[in-house]
Amino acid sequence: MIEQLATMAPGPLHWLVLTALLFAIGTYGILTRRNAVGVLMAVELALNSGALNFVVFNRYVAPAGVDGQIMSIFVIAVAAAEVVVGMAIFVVLFRHRQTVDVTRMNRIRD
Amino acid sequence: MEYELGFALRNAWLILAIPFLSFLLVGLLVRPLSEKAAGIIATLAVFASAAFAYAMAAEFLTLGAATGWKTFVPWSFEWLRFQERMAVHIGVLVDPISILLLVVVTTVSSLVHLYSLGYMHGEAGFGRYFTFLNLFTFSMLGLVTAPNLLQMFVCWELVGASSFCLIGFYFDRPSAVAASKKAFIVTRFADLGFLLGILILGYFGYQVAGEVGGTRQAFDFLFLTDPVVMGKLNAIGAGILGIPVLTLALCLVYMGGAGKSAMFPLHVWLPDAMEGPTPVSALIHAATMVVAGVYLVARLFPLFATSGDALLVVGYIGAFTALFAAVIACTQDDIKRVLAYSTLSQLGYMMFALGVASVEHPLGYTASMFHLFTHAFFKALLFLGAGSVIHAVHSNEIWRMGGLRRKMPVTHLTFAIATLAIAGIWPFAGFFSKDEVLAAALGSGHYGIFGIGLLVAGITAFYMSRIYFAAFWGGARTEGASHAHESPVIMLIPLVVLAVLSVVAGFFPIGEFVRFGAGHGAPHGINPAIAAAGTFAGVLGIGLAWAIYGSGGTARAEALARAFGGAYTVVRRKFYVDELYLFVTHKIIVRFVAAPIAWFDRAIVDGGVNLSAKGGRLFGFALGSLQTGQVQAYGSWFAGGAVLLVLVLWGLQ
Amino acid sequence: MGLLSWLILLPFLTALAIVFTPGTRKSLIKWIALAGTGTHLLLTAFTTWRYWTLAAPDMAEMRTARVMKLYLVERLPWFDSLGIQYFLGIDGISMAMVILTSIIIFTGVLASWKVEERAKEFFALLLLLVTGVFGVFLSFDLFLFLMFYEVAVLPMYLLIGVWGTGPKEYSAMKLTLMLLLGSALLIVGFLGLYSVSGLQTFDLTRLAEVSFPAGFQKWAFPAIFIGFGVLGALYPFHTWSPDGHASAPTAVSMLHAGVLMKLGGYGALRVAVYLLPEGAKDWGLFFMALTTINILYGAFGAITQKDLKYFTAYSSVSHCGFVLFGVAALNLMGMKGAVLQMFSHGVMTGLFFALIGMVYGRTHTRMIPEMGGLGKVMPWLAVCFYVGGLASLGLPGLSGFVAESHVFLGGFFGNPWGSMVAMRTLTVVATLSVVVTAVYVLRGLGRVFMGPVTDPHFHELKDATLTERISTGVLVATLAAVGLMPWLLIDLIEASIMPIVNRLHS
Repeated sequence: MIEQLATMAPGPLHWLVLTALLFAIGTYGILTRRNAVGVLMAVELALNSGALNFVVFNRYVAPAGVDGQIMSIFVIAVAAAEVVVGMAIFVVLFRHRQTVDVTRMNRIRD
Repeated sequence: MEYELGFALRNAWLILAIPFLSFLLVGLLVRPLSEKAAGIIATLAVFASAAFAYAMAAEFLTLGAATGWKTFVPWSFEWLRFQERMAVHIGVLVDPISILLLVVVTTVSSLVHLYSLGYMHGEAGFGRYFTFLNLFTFSMLGLVTAPNLLQMFVCWELVGASSFCLIGFYFDRPSAVAASKKAFIVTRFADLGFLLGILILGYFGYQVAGEVGGTRQAFDFLFLTDPVVMGKLNAIGAGILGIPVLTLALCLVYMGGAGKSAMFPLHVWLPDAMEGPTPVSALIHAATMVVAGVYLVARLFPLFATSGDALLVVGYIGAFTALFAAVIACTQDDIKRVLAYSTLSQLGYMMFALGVASVEHPLGYTASMFHLFTHAFFKALLFLGAGSVIHAVHSNEIWRMGGLRRKMPVTHLTFAIATLAIAGIWPFAGFFSKDEVLAAALGSGHYGIFGIGLLVAGITAFYMSRIYFAAFWGGARTEGASHAHESPVIMLIPLVVLAVLSVVAGFFPIGEFVRFGAGHGAPHGINPAIAAAGTFAGVLGIGLAWAIYGSGGTARAEALARAFGGAYTVVRRKFYVDELYLFVTHKIIVRFVAAPIAWFDRAIVDGGVNLSAKGGRLFGFALGSLQTGQVQAYGSWFAGGAVLLVLVLWGLQ
Repeated sequence: MGLLSWLILLPFLTALAIVFTPGTRKSLIKWIALAGTGTHLLLTAFTTWRYWTLAAPDMAEMRTARVMKLYLVERLPWFDSLGIQYFLGIDGISMAMVILTSIIIFTGVLASWKVEERAKEFFALLLLLVTGVFGVFLSFDLFLFLMFYEVAVLPMYLLIGVWGTGPKEYSAMKLTLMLLLGSALLIVGFLGLYSVSGLQTFDLTRLAEVSFPAGFQKWAFPAIFIGFGVLGALYPFHTWSPDGHASAPTAVSMLHAGVLMKLGGYGALRVAVYLLPEGAKDWGLFFMALTTINILYGAFGAITQKDLKYFTAYSSVSHCGFVLFGVAALNLMGMKGAVLQMFSHGVMTGLFFALIGMVYGRTHTRMIPEMGGLGKVMPWLAVCFYVGGLASLGLPGLSGFVAESHVFLGGFFGNPWGSMVAMRTLTVVATLSVVVTAVYVLRGLGRVFMGPVTDPHFHELKDATLTERISTGVLVATLAAVGLMPWLLIDLIEASIMPIVNRLHS
């Protein structure tokens, strides 16, 4: 499959593989990072893979419109807001518990 | 009915209604207000029933000669309808034996009511006593007049229950409570047989009723004893174990009768039932309820005669019980217990009289009813006399009495008459009926049973004279006996009436109308040979008792007891039947059936339920441990699950 | 609003009235409860009269009918898209059960006169419970039926858990879970009926027009029968009953053993046998065998019990066995006996639990060996107890005999779909219970009431109060009325049982 991609002219498939890889890396980061900031960065990756997808589909499926670009700008805006909120929570958490290790944020279980 | 019925027969329902209404009235309304009034009203009601029963009997006797003693049901109404052809009618059946029993029951019952007014005077629960006595009278009359098996069974159970209440009348006495329980449970066990017999007869009766057609009801006696129906029932053939269905059903029904009439081995309850007040013993456990078993067999006699085998069972068990109980009676010290064993023995007499009867030799049927009739009077008299003595001496032990003949002349005289009557001495009632029973046994060729009958007649005379001499002759042996005085008049009247009846009842020509089969039932005259043999046995028994106990001392008796040694002890302990029962019921049933079931229920069945609950909890804990609270772990599970799902779906395609 | 809706609504409104009464005014609360249930009793009498005038002309025609006939029907669409209706109706069997329930709740309120702790909540929940019970007996839409059923079960949990005695949380939990297990089976069965019929309806009368495929009946019948059987103390699903009854407060035991357990037999007859006759034919003998175990096992189990409530609970297991035994006999006498036994046992066991509550309230013990001679100090209670005991051992003249004789005859007559020998043998084995019952009843009652007074404190105890006398007196009178005049009840129910029997034979 990689050979196939390498020999083909650049097209939507290449872009989709790229975004899928990005999303997988992001998901992996979300599931494995112990530092909350790291998790947040991984989320950022996954979000950006989504945003890139929008642009790709806009380009290849409906090149006349700009819907995909607009959506990706939305995604970027929302991601920024999310980082702000997330970081604020982490700061508060850190003040309380002197750590931002997500594996220790399980007190609701008990 | 082409014949005009008289007032009493047209209003036959009154015979049941009077005591029932009086029971309700006395039990619910009068008793809480006045105990004394309760007793008087109850007694009056039973006297009214007696008068009514006599009226019925008189009308039936005048009617009977014209109709050939036909059986008919002057009044009935549908009480319980199981399904078509299976309805139960409460009603009054009139035929010679039901009329006979009606007269006996109401006579004895009214005399016992009267006697009780004196005997129970001042007892706590005076009103309660009369309520139950009325209930008993109602149930017994219902039993006697039952036109079908189910009414018989209903009243059968009701007499059992009222007997239970009366045996346990002194309910703060543990022995009375135990005795009442025992009586109820033993007879209940026997009734199980009756019930099964009803189920079988009901089922096959239902089938036959379908074949015969019409609107006949399977439980009706008139239906079951119809020759066509009996033929069909008899033709059904083998049930289980090769026993014909009819024989099986009748043996089961007889089991009920044997329980109520205390035949061996179901006799154990009757001697203990003497814990009840003495008039109760006289009424229920001597004259009326215990003959219900005999009456049941007599009522179904045509069926029994069709299936000869069942009748043989009745005969042999009866004969054995007659002998067995008579032997035990010789060794008991409690006057009421001696009388109880004597009742057993006499019931055995009635039973084997039925057992030896057959279509060819129907005399036993008449003899049995005749003996039932005379026995009711002299046995009730014996019990009431014993009650009078106990009332005076305050003890049941014959060795604590003695010399009462001067202090209680009326009681003494009547007791002596009853003793002679039961011993079968001419001209007292027992002579005639016993003679007829023996003649029936001999005439039908049952020589073994005849021999037993003769032997029992001798033993009966012996043990009855034994208690008579011990109680009335010699000198007073205790303080109580020396201070004894005659009972009040209200108690003596019934004694005198019964004494008269014990003398004259034998001359009553019962054979004229109580007979089985046409033509064969010619009234039986006195057979000199049998009468001589019977009288000889009686006189011998009395003489022997005089020789041993006539002096009033116990020395000779004790010497005799020592001479018999082990055998005496075995008899005195009633052949250890009670102990055997106790062993089986307490040790085996409670310990090896009931207790293990209770354990099984708690440990295994309920344990299973609790185990499943525990399993559920463990499963819950196991799942709970996956609940780490780590979003990342959940995410991993989610991602892994999603991948797995994709793979599965892919694989499916 | 029809008559039947009022029958259901009246206890609910009474419960509401109690909820809005201040909790401190306890005697007012009790009077409201009594007034509500008393009015209900009158309303039930009126309904019986209405029913009788409507149904009497149809009696002859019902002998051959194959479809049951309902009266005073009320029908409103509820979830139309799913075919769920608010569908009430009444026939002889329901009528008998409504009368029973009405009597039990009335006497139950009287028997609870001494409840002081959180009386408001107690009576409100009790009346809510009974609302559910009436709903169950009157609804002929299976969905509505289940809904009312849950309305009846859940207050039970609270009533036992809060007002009970002994290991009450455990018992309440066990009872609720096991009953819900039963209703889970019922839901499966009902959904099966719903989908297999292809009618998109829970309407019992319409489902009865369908003949379900034999393969479906073969599994649906046992599911529904056992589902109801759990409630009717079918062996081996009966163990909630001794614990539950032992822990429950008096009125709850009365209602539960007296009425709710009857739902088992009621449903088995009305839903399982009526709708699935082929399944019934396949499984009849199996359930006869199982219920024979019930009958004897309960009776033997009762012999060694020390606690009066366990004693009564095991006797209930035995008596409820008669109900299901009669149903499983699949003939007219058996089923009639089953319904009669439901009524008879309901009254009898209601009486028992009422009396146990009264005795316990005085002696503060329920252990049989610790009592003795109580008949001397409380004759009224003793007499009532003995009447109940004699009814339970099937003494003629009281209701138990009428029911048991029907059941025995039904079992012995058997049906054409099973081995006759097996059915007769089972019946003969079952009849043994009449002796065993006599043994445990007389043993137990003799120990408690007869003999000398064992504890000097007992001498100070008082006999029944007026409310207690009314409560037990009504129950005793009912036992005697049915026993002496059985036709009253038989005429009521017979015509409604015929269609079930006729359907089996077609």
